Amino acid sequence: MNIIIDNSDLFLTGFKNTGILFIISAFFALILGTLVAGMRVSPAPAMRAAGTLYVNAVRNTPLVLILAFFALGYPRLGLPSISFMNAAIVGLSLYTATYVCEAIRSGINTVSVGQSEAARAIGLPFIQTLTLIVLPQAFRSVVPPLFSVFIALLKNTTVAAGFSVLEAGAIRAYLSERGEPLLPGLLWVALIFVVLVLGIMTPLQRYLEKKWRVAR
Amino acid sequence: MSSVLFDVPGPKARTRNVYLNVATFVVVVGIIGFILFRFYESGQFTAKKWEIFTFPLVQQTFLEVIGATLKAFAVGAVGSLLLGIVLAFGRLSDSKWLHIPCYWFTELFRAVPLLVLMMIVYYGLPSAGVKGITPFIAVVVGLILYNGSVLAEVFRAGIESLPKGQREAGLAIGLSKSQVLRMILLPQAVRAMLPVIISQLVVILKDTALGFLITYHEILYYADFLGSQGGYGSPVVPALMVAAVIYVGLCLILSGIAKYVEFKMSSRVKIVKTKVGLTG
Repeated sequence: MNIIIDNSDLFLTGFKNTGILFIISAFFALILGTLVAGMRVSPAPAMRAAGTLYVNAVRNTPLVLILAFFALGYPRLGLPSISFMNAAIVGLSLYTATYVCEAIRSGINTVSVGQSEAARAIGLPFIQTLTLIVLPQAFRSVVPPLFSVFIALLKNTTVAAGFSVLEAGAIRAYLSERGEPLLPGLLWVALIFVVLVLGIMTPLQRYLEKKWRVAR
Repeated sequence: MSSVLFDVPGPKARTRNVYLNVATFVVVVGIIGFILFRFYESGQFTAKKWEIFTFPLVQQTFLEVIGATLKAFAVGAVGSLLLGIVLAFGRLSDSKWLHIPCYWFTELFRAVPLLVLMMIVYYGLPSAGVKGITPFIAVVVGLILYNGSVLAEVFRAGIESLPKGQREAGLAIGLSKSQVLRMILLPQAVRAMLPVIISQLVVILKDTALGFLITYHEILYYADFLGSQGGYGSPVVPALMVAAVIYVGLCLILSGIAKYVEFKMSSRVKIVKTKVGLTG
């Protein structure tokens, strides 16, 4: 117990930054993922192709490599410099968006055909069929897979520790600098993640799943 | 492609689609072009930065680190599959001394970030007096514990999605419970869950790259090392590009094999498929 009290500053900053990374990346990933999902079901072949290319390329690249590119490669390109934190946010958002896209696309498939047929029958064009009729229903049915994606994002934020962001994954390095025992410190980090995932995210998922369930 | 989301395009829609296609094309080419232009402007395509990749020794080392990645993947994948099956059987067992621990095992190890697991093995255990932990062991143990727990859930969902009659018929002809599980339910569950199992294998392959952060000498570690070679103009971006091509290539090969196996198996038997949330 001592280790977490003695180093409470470290744990607080670490998990605060993890939270910031998580919330901002989840926000951008959700928006970008929805847009790409829309592109992947759109009538224009080039848009579908662009969406597919992006999803397949990014999903087959390790997150570490993507973060390495933004943290190590980007500064060499002579573009306006960004902080390591922002680099991690960009990388995590781009990576998670592909998973969000696939989750939403599978949700679009679960909306019954009659819904979009009815929308087309009353003359709605594609964009309105998608945004007014199909997506609102799709979102409700993809709460569980979407939450799996966001839980994965929460855990993936630790990878940013390898690229100079002081978050939960980096606590280890600071502890060893302070000469603290590493095993208890790391077990505390693991325990906090267990609490965040099993104690907060999972109940929230159950709650939203119940609240937004569609009767079909 | 036909879709229920839009009508078969008429003349107006076809014209509009042409405009949309052109616009998308311009935007995509613009983004890629801008990136390549920045690469060019900042001198990433100069011969000096790529020279290092022409050395036989460097190429040979690349083969070695690809081997290291594949080794971690192979051991991790086999271990995860085995652990997954064991945990799934444990969770389906009637004894509460077996299924409750197995339940908590899968829940806990799925909730801890893989990197933290690897750090616990690599930094935590030696500090508590455990000897002989190499980065390879840390990577593999992390991969097995995490992905084994994920796969256990996949196998369990697969077994539970099978029709009840399968189990009942097995018991009726006098097989024991474990025989039913092993000989009747598991083979069908694996077949039903093959797409999910395979995407989890791709996840394992990608996650070997986390070994970079705990000094396992794999592809990314070597790319980072090459990138720091000042004598060759610090080719960080070229090295990362090479690493990216290798990873995407490996993952695509694995997905290709997976699709082939899936096709081979699904052409024989049709089984209802259930979806399970995947964690990347």
